[in-house]
This record gives sequence, C-alpha cells and structure tokens, in this order.
Amino acid sequence: MNWEQWLLPAILLSSFIPGIIIFALPEERHRLRTVLNLCGSILKIVLILVMDTGIYFGYNFEIRLSLIPGVELLLNGDPLSALFATLSSVLWLLTTVYAIGYLEGSPNRSHFFGYFSLCVTVTIGIALAGNLITFLLFYELLTLTTYPLIIHRGTEKSLRAGRNYLIYAFSGGAVFLFAVVALQTIIGPTDFTGAGFSPSFIDTHATALALIFILLIIGVGVKAALVPLHGWLPQAMVAPAPVSALLHAVAVVKAGAFGIIRIVLDVYGPQNLLLLGVLPLLAAVASITILYGSIRALQQDDLKRRLAFSTISQVSYIALGISLVDQPLAVIGGLVHLVHQGLMKITLFFCAGNLAETLGIHRISEMDGVARRMPFTMAAFSVGALGMIGIPPTVGFVSKWYLGLGGLAAGNWWVVLILAVSSLLNACYFLPILIRAWFGKQQGPWPDELYSGRFETRFMLLIPPLVTAFIVIAAGAVANAQISPLAWVRFIVRKYGL
Amino acid sequence: MISPIILPLIAGLLCFLLNRRTFAIALAAAVANLLAVCFLTYQLLLFGPMRCHMGGWQPPLGITLRSDGPAVLMLLMTAVTGLAITVYARGYFSHRILNLRQATQHQEQQRYFWPLWMLLLAGLNGLFLSNDIFNLYVTLEIIAIAAASLAALSGKPASQLASFRYLLVSLLGSLTYLLGVVFLYRSCGILDLDILQHHVANGPGIRAALALMSIGLLLKTALVPLHFWLPPTHANALAPVSVILSGLVVKGSFYLLFRLWFEIFTQLITPSALNFMGTLGAVAILWGAVQAMRQHRLKLMVAYSTVSQLGYLFIAFPLSRIDESIQVWSIVIFMALGHACAKSALFMVAGAVFLHLGHDRIKDLNGVRASLPIPVFAYGIAGVSLMGLPPSAGFIGKWLLLTSSLTSSQWWWALVIITGSLLAMIYVFRVMSRFFVIPEDYSVTTSAPLSPLLEWPALIMALISLFLGLAASWPMKILATGNTALTQVFPGGLP
Repeated sequence: MNWEQWLLPAILLSSFIPGIIIFALPEERHRLRTVLNLCGSILKIVLILVMDTGIYFGYNFEIRLSLIPGVELLLNGDPLSALFATLSSVLWLLTTVYAIGYLEGSPNRSHFFGYFSLCVTVTIGIALAGNLITFLLFYELLTLTTYPLIIHRGTEKSLRAGRNYLIYAFSGGAVFLFAVVALQTIIGPTDFTGAGFSPSFIDTHATALALIFILLIIGVGVKAALVPLHGWLPQAMVAPAPVSALLHAVAVVKAGAFGIIRIVLDVYGPQNLLLLGVLPLLAAVASITILYGSIRALQQDDLKRRLAFSTISQVSYIALGISLVDQPLAVIGGLVHLVHQGLMKITLFFCAGNLAETLGIHRISEMDGVARRMPFTMAAFSVGALGMIGIPPTVGFVSKWYLGLGGLAAGNWWVVLILAVSSLLNACYFLPILIRAWFGKQQGPWPDELYSGRFETRFMLLIPPLVTAFIVIAAGAVANAQISPLAWVRFIVRKYGL
Repeated sequence: MISPIILPLIAGLLCFLLNRRTFAIALAAAVANLLAVCFLTYQLLLFGPMRCHMGGWQPPLGITLRSDGPAVLMLLMTAVTGLAITVYARGYFSHRILNLRQATQHQEQQRYFWPLWMLLLAGLNGLFLSNDIFNLYVTLEIIAIAAASLAALSGKPASQLASFRYLLVSLLGSLTYLLGVVFLYRSCGILDLDILQHHVANGPGIRAALALMSIGLLLKTALVPLHFWLPPTHANALAPVSVILSGLVVKGSFYLLFRLWFEIFTQLITPSALNFMGTLGAVAILWGAVQAMRQHRLKLMVAYSTVSQLGYLFIAFPLSRIDESIQVWSIVIFMALGHACAKSALFMVAGAVFLHLGHDRIKDLNGVRASLPIPVFAYGIAGVSLMGLPPSAGFIGKWLLLTSSLTSSQWWWALVIITGSLLAMIYVFRVMSRFFVIPEDYSVTTSAPLSPLLEWPALIMALISLFLGLAASWPMKILATGNTALTQVFPGGLP
C-alpha cells in the first residue's frame, strides 16, 4: 500500500466524514458545521488537484476490493474521471458557500448539510468508478442521497416531486442493473480500460450487445434527462436553489451524461459501437432532446422551470458530441460541454435563487427592471445566459464551435443545423429575460422583498454566482491556454487515441 | 458444538425458575451463544466441517450434530440477531408507559417472554446443527410451540386469534413433516442425514416422504399460497416477538427444506419440481409486494414484505440446476442473512414508532423524522437492503440470482426479480416520505422519550445488512471451507 492507492479513498472520505459528523451535530452548532463543510470542500479540491497532477504525469491511481467472484469494486483515476471530479469539487465548494447563505436561519440544517456532503461523496465516487459495478453502486446511492434534499421542504408538492424522482431514477437503475448483469455474462469484467471489449464478441453476440447498449443508455438516460425520460427534472424544481444547482450542474444530470460517456468510450469502445451501428440512435435521441427542451423552455413563465427545460436541452449536447465518436472534434465539444454547461447553469441557478430569496421573484413576468435593483446578480445571470446562447468569448461558444466543426468534418450538416436552431431557440428564451431585466420598467413593488442591506443581497449569496460568471468568461477567453477545461479535454481525447 | 443448544436452554430454565434478573441471564446467554458460535466458526475455518456424535454413540444408533458452512452462517445470523433482539426487548419492556394497566401488563409479558425466547433460541440452534431427521422434527416442534406462545403474549384479541391460528398451522406443518419422517423410516430405516444421502433410492415411499416433509416445511415458511397466517401473526405480536418471528423463525424451516432438497434428496428432484417452486416464489415476490403497498399499517406492511422477500429464496430453486452447490448456497445465504438483518431492523423501528406514537397508521406517521431520527435512519438503510441496492447483502444475493438466471437463459426470473425490487422501492418509500413530511402545526408528542436500547439495535442491524455486501468475501470463505468433503469427527463423550 502506498500513497497512490490511498489518495482515492481519501478523496471520498474528505466529504463523507464531515457529512457523518454533521448529522450528529446539534442544530444550533452552525459555526462548527460551516467550518467542517468548508474545510471538507477545500481539502477535497486539494486532494483532487494532487490527483490531477499525478494523472497528467502518468501516475496510476487504483484501488480494488473484491466482494465475490465477478463482483469487484474498483476506484480508478483516469483523465476523464479527473475532469468530472475537478468540476464537481470546485462547484461543490461554491454551492456550499451559497447554501450556507441561502439556508441561514431555516430549520433542519444539519440534516440538509449532512445529505449534501454524502451527495458530493457519491458524485465523486461516480467520477472515480473504475468499472460498471462500482458505477452502479454510486449511481444508485446518488438517488438515495439526493432524495432527502429534494423533499427537504417537506411540503406535499415536494413529496410528489420526490416520489416521481424516485420512480424515474430507480426504474432507470433497475434497467441499468439488468443490462450490467447481462453484459457481464457475455463479456466478463467491465473495467473501464479505455478500449472497450474485444471485437470478437460482436461476431457472436451482435444483437444482444446492441440491445444491452440501448438498455444501458436508458438506465443512465433517466438521470441525463433524455426525452422521453426527463419528466422528473422540471418537477424537482420545488427543491431549494442550492439543490437545483446540485441536480443540474454538479451531480445528478451530470452523472447521467458522464455515464453515457463512460459507456461509449470505455465499456463498448468507439470501434465496437461503429460496428454495431447503434450510435445514430443515440444521436437522434440527443437531437430530439435538444430541440424539445428548448421549445418547452420557451413556454415557461416560471424562471426555474425555464432553466430546467434549458438543462434538458443543453445536457444533450454532451450526448450528441459523444454519439459522433469517430469525429475527435465533436467528442471534444461534447466532453468540454460537461464542464461548460455546469459552469453556466450553476450561475443561472444561483442568480434565480438570489432573485427568489431577495425579492421573492419566481416568474419571468415579475422581472421587469430587476437589474437596477440587483445589478451584480443580473450581470452574472446575463453572462450565463449569453453563454448558453453561444456568444464569444464565453465557454458556450467554445463547446458549440467544436461540436459544429466535428459535425462538418464528417459531412453531417444536420448537426450544424440542429446547433443553429437550438442557438436561435436559446436566444428566444433567454434574451427576453435580459431585455426585461435591464431595460424594463419596474411594475409596482417586488413580490416579497426579504432583504435590504448594504449589498444588493446577502454577501454569501452574491459571491458564488460572480465567481462562476467570471470563470465562464475566463475559461472561454483562454480556452487555448495550457490550463483550461479545453486543454484537459484534448489530453483526454489523446489518451483515448481518437 | 453443543453449547449453542445447551446455553440458551439453561438460561431459559433459570429465567423461568428464578424470575428475577431475567434480562441479565438472557443477555449473558445471548453473548455466550455468540461467542460459542464464533468459536465454532473459527474451528470450521481451521478444520473444515465437523461432526459430533452425541454421547459417543455412532450413527445410525446415535444422534449426530454437524457444523458445516451454511449451518455456521445461519448460527451466526441467529446469534447476532438474537443479541440485538435481547437488547431491544429489554428496551421495549422497560419503556415507561403512563398508563398503569399497560405497565403491569408489560411486567406480566416480560415474565413469560424471556424463558420462551431462550427456548426458541435453543430450538433454532438445534435445527441448524442437527444431522438427524427425527431430531430435526423435535427442534421444529420446540420452535413451533415457543413461537406460538410468544405470538400470543400481546394479549389483544386480534393477536390471540392470530396466534392460535399460527399454532394450528405450525402443528399441522410439524405433523405433516413427522408423517414424512415415518414414511422415510419405513422405506430406508435410517434417520442420520449423511447416511441417508447415500441410501436414497427413487421409490414411491421416499417420494411421498419428501412431498410430505416439503409441504410441512412450506407451510411453516409461508410460501404463497400457504402464507395466509403470516401477516396477522407477525403484525399483531409484540415488537420483539415480531422481530424474532420474521427475522429468524421462518428462516429455520426454510433452511431445513433447502437442505433436504439440495443435499439429501438431490436425485429425486426433477426440473419441473424446481420450476414449480420458482413459480410459487415469483408469485410470492409480486403478490407480497403488491399487498405490502396496499397496507395501512406499518407492521402489516413489513409483514407482507416478509412474504415477498421469502419468494426470493424460492426463486433460487430453478436457478440451481446448472450451478454447483456452493453457488446455490451462496445465493440463499446472502438473501437470508440480508433479509434477517434488514427485517429485524424494520420491525424494531416499527415497534419503536408504535411505542412513540401509540399507533402505526401509515398516513399519520408525519414528521416522525424530527422526533425519532435514529430509527428513521435505520428504516432507510434497512429499506435499501430490502430493495437490493448496492452494497447491501440483498444486492449480492440479487446479483447472484440475476447472473444465474441470465447464464442459464431463464431471463424471466430476472424480470421478476427486478420488478420485485421496484415494488419494494414503492412500499419502502411510501412510508419513508411520510416520515419526512413536516406538518405546519407539528409539535413533539408528550410520550416518554425512547430508550436508546430501542433505537441502536435497529440501526446496528440495518448497518450490518448494508455493509455485509462489502464484506461478502467472508461468508463466501466460510461457505467454501464448509463445503469440503473431509469431515472431522469430534467425540461427544463415551457410550
């Protein structure tokens, strides 16, 4: 045993142990709880950065635990897991700061932050999972740990949302379990080796393997909110804003998209999938989801619901990019969107939460002139929204640029068409919000003004969106630099030999 | 090897005769039993399966005890659960009840509970260790009588009726089994299982014997459609008794049945018989789960969930054809261990909730989380194990079931298994979401605070069921060691 092996469990424990302690803390010890939360998050980021550096210089991080013959838990740090783990842990820290500000004075906080910490542990577990069984383990645990957060408010409406979430998520999990068992009986262990299984299986089990691929995608597609498996996501909007940020940007939806990437690149491998000919199906589902989500977003007046449908649409960019697996540029676009979408969407949700917490604004029709009251929040919101539309120099532009290039390189003009239509729709549902907020005239008093103080809102609510908005611009402007999400994604794609 | 049977028996007698310090005696017996079983496990890992000739008499004359992998694992399960139950029962009976009449009632119940519980423990341990088909009947009878008396303790009219029915069913099951033993003895003249194993010849007498014994045991194991007695009995008993009945007693008769089918009468078993059992198991899984979803009372829901979970044990029957015996045993053992721990935790939680609120109507369970955080946590974890989510023991069992069903191309069982876990999700979370509701006008009710003895055993059992999956290589190791053919003989004394 050496430090390389212990790093991965340490990364998991750095939020698990604070989580357990927080559960045991009495409600009123909020100072200690805050310290624990922040120390855990910062320690986790440091450890993950150590892992990133190690991976870049070719260290191999791996730890195995064999349960019974054929069932083995495997944690493995590879460039792809580093991408997701880094994203989650950084956004995690910001969300924790935000949640501390957001929940100030509300009941049941030790409960909330306990599950919050468990939830990030599980998400990092998904990132570090080294085979399908470990992935399945953390994938199911993610459902369990997010459920109490979704129903945190304890109202009948949130219970209904929670119930739907459970039904969707566990049904997906059951399909996934079935597919994993079936796949293992055919190909044996499903370690994420980066090459996929031997092509000789295709000669013997082509139909079964194609069917299993579809089942696996259905299993993770529930969390990735692919149409028609997306129904739980807009309903889950009843949860508090930090939880929405978690669902949309840090953990749940991302876990689904990450699962799709793993299945395509590691479990099956690009070559096998091209032979099986199932990728056009994934591309079609992703395209439909992109357009459907955008069109539904247009019809929403509730700000958070509009953002939710926008997530459904945007996450499918990842699936679309990955489905064009023979085009390295498209894969780069898809992978990098995993990070970019997270950054932009978390900014938008932080801002939506600020509007609701400060002025009681939940609907877009109430937003006239709000930018004059909350200029910083709305500036951050605008950056996120423009990023979603894909305006340079934001990160959204970088993703769309690579996706489009990848589509063109293969002569798939329809990819560009979809991107264009989707961007147009993005503009249609985001620009009116910006126009209202910046140029509209305030109509009467705000619905429920809760805060008046030195800043436009509480300090801890204001900092996180400003930081993420800054990253949205910075990471887009220096996308070609040595250290940027894009550079790391290029490193990943080189590793996979695409 | 004999101590797991003798120790609780002595403790039971002492409890009954002294009628003082009963808890201390029972606790000492439970701890000693656990230590004895641990020592037995240690011996098994060292020497392989063992056999002990009671009084030094060789079979076929004498009675033998045998410890092998499955037996030791079942003993361990019983010992650990038994210790938790003992502690929990102490908490249950010492719970301060404001109503004076109920308090005296508790005293009265406690007086009979401890001796009966010790007797039952001795019977179960005897069942797992016996290697003699008539001696097994005796242990079955001990279990039946002790269990039915325990079920009657609560004294409510509903439980009187249910326990009387339970007694009749149990005795009917034992008698049917006894009739089978008689047939068997007529045709072979042997009672020792190891010798019987080599002398089983296909014939009408033996087939009738097997059929009778199986029906008797199925009746006791409550496989659908013979499950009718289980939910009312388990739901109306006192909380510690429900835990005993659901967690341990049904496993005893199942263990015996499984051993008869897969170790003794292997040659007589036809594929259609296995498929028949599998079908009944599948019906049990679905029917039990649907019934559990429809219940209005927490304890009834948990009881129906037992009916459903027992079905998984029977689905292992048709999947065993292609596999070696260790594979089959590992499926059954993981399902049984996981269920024993999870179900004990659930009944303990249900009992704690009942004491706290004075009722267990599911629709009125709002906000329990705020006042009983530990039991609610235990409920969640145990529920995860029932649903078969990783890393619980139930997951390992389901994984093995799924793998066997797909490798033997019997994918329909896989569909039943998966549907069953989804239904389990619905009934588990139907209650869970109630716990989480925070009504506006909620204030903690004025009942006495719960003793930690009521809360912690539940949490510990739930955690065991969850993490047993991570430690799955240990039971596998015990099974593998216990499966070697070489049997060490230990003298049990001189004739």
